Amino acid sequence: MTDEPRFEAHRCPNGHVTYPGHTLCPECGEPQTETIDLVDRTATVVTWTTSTATPPGVREPNHIAIVAFDVAGETVRAIGQLTTDGIAVGDEVRPVYAEQLRDPAEGIRHPDSQAWDGFRFEPVE
Amino acid sequence: MGHRRVSPPGYKSGAGDWSDMDRVAIIGASMTQFGQRDEWVADLLSEAGAACLRDGGVAPDEVEHLYVSNMASGEFEGVSGVMNRLAHDLGALPAYTQRVDQTSSSGGAGIYAAWQSVASGASDLTMLVGGEKMTHRSTAEATDVIASLTHPVEYKHGVTLPSFAGLTARHYLDRYDAPRESLARVAVKNHRNGVDNPHAQFRKEVDLETVMGSPVVADPLRLYDFCPITDGSAALLLCPESVAAEYTDDYSVVTGIGGATDTHVVHEREDPTVMGGVVESSREAYAMADRDPDDVDVAELHDMFTILEFLQSEDLGFFEKGRGWKAVEDGVTDRDGELPINTSGGLKSKGHPLGASGVAQAYEVHRQLTGDAGNRQVEADVGLACNVGGFGNCVITTVMEAA
Repeated sequence: MTDEPRFEAHRCPNGHVTYPGHTLCPECGEPQTETIDLVDRTATVVTWTTSTATPPGVREPNHIAIVAFDVAGETVRAIGQLTTDGIAVGDEVRPVYAEQLRDPAEGIRHPDSQAWDGFRFEPVE
Repeated sequence: MGHRRVSPPGYKSGAGDWSDMDRVAIIGASMTQFGQRDEWVADLLSEAGAACLRDGGVAPDEVEHLYVSNMASGEFEGVSGVMNRLAHDLGALPAYTQRVDQTSSSGGAGIYAAWQSVASGASDLTMLVGGEKMTHRSTAEATDVIASLTHPVEYKHGVTLPSFAGLTARHYLDRYDAPRESLARVAVKNHRNGVDNPHAQFRKEVDLETVMGSPVVADPLRLYDFCPITDGSAALLLCPESVAAEYTDDYSVVTGIGGATDTHVVHEREDPTVMGGVVESSREAYAMADRDPDDVDVAELHDMFTILEFLQSEDLGFFEKGRGWKAVEDGVTDRDGELPINTSGGLKSKGHPLGASGVAQAYEVHRQLTGDAGNRQVEADVGLACNVGGFGNCVITTVMEAA
């Protein structure tokens, strides 16, 4: 219905949710049949780092966090760049779409082999 | 005393009965100088391979299986087929050859392959050579070659192995109330051990202040929390124990080995401070060897980052979860401590030529068990090597014992 970018977690019939998706659920081996858009949800910062030695085509410094979403009682974790430094463990963040997270032409991986857009996390004021 | 964990029940209850098997012996071992080398990968492999044949007193044409542990000769220098070339260059034709890529744990995976070849009866004499040539690449390029193992959702954000280490270290320090200095003590200890290793890339002590004052690489980790980029190679010769004495009196025995895989997507692990692959692979290895963590006298752990030494020492059952840092602070893992860890200097000071590292771990344990470790020698009848690929994505644990 819409071209808005989605931030999709994947759910199997037994209710296990993962980001990213897998062919078969890592918990129970059933096919994942449903997606859940995380784009309008907030998450909590589990841990973060600032990388100052980044590979070709990656911003430097690169602020990165692992965050946890709560999806109907299931914890779904994700990793992604932060929009800013000064983030603390436990902070609330929300996803913000970015068209290109790193320059696909610079890295070792073939540019057509994967997507390069995605979601950064920004603090919720 | 009092640091070592009492082994939980179950370590000796693994499936499989190995008691009647002809065990697999290590009858020769070698490693090249690690560091910045002029030679390319094929010559590094040849150097270690030839030295290993000499060490074992074995003629090249006796080798039936030849395994080469190597992560990325194609990516680093545009070369494939290194295992075939090695067999030809060493005069080992027509030995069966196979290259083993298990990222950073290619060396451990090579030990598993070599062990299987002998244990199954497929080969009566197997050589394993691990090696990597990396330093001709810039740090950024080498970091990207290694980061190519990450999942696309990680890679697109520029996540590197060092960033995983920073993310995990922050979580560990917060959760277990460990001081940042405790990580620095791993680097100080391993650098001190490396001084006595003639093959190590760095043979220089560092003090706590130097580590704590070095530049931040992946907050809260600093330059000295990371292993260097390294060229080098190491090798082992394996045969059935029943014929080992025909070659040498100084052999060691692989009494237990196990391998396991954890989530490929690192953030999907339920507890970021537990390395599931270490837990599972060591459980298998202990069961096969009929040993407990408390039986281990010396261990080589995969300290690609200082934080990994804490996590492995806990997940191998040496210390309670969250207490590995205290054991390092209290000197338990020093060379003269109750459980010496990384007497070789570890990846931290010895260097980390990816495919060579797991093989070089076994080289060190073999030297310790055969009483041939020179100034690094400790009292040891049972040794353990834990080789980690990815950020714990795959792990091989090997238990080795004196003959």
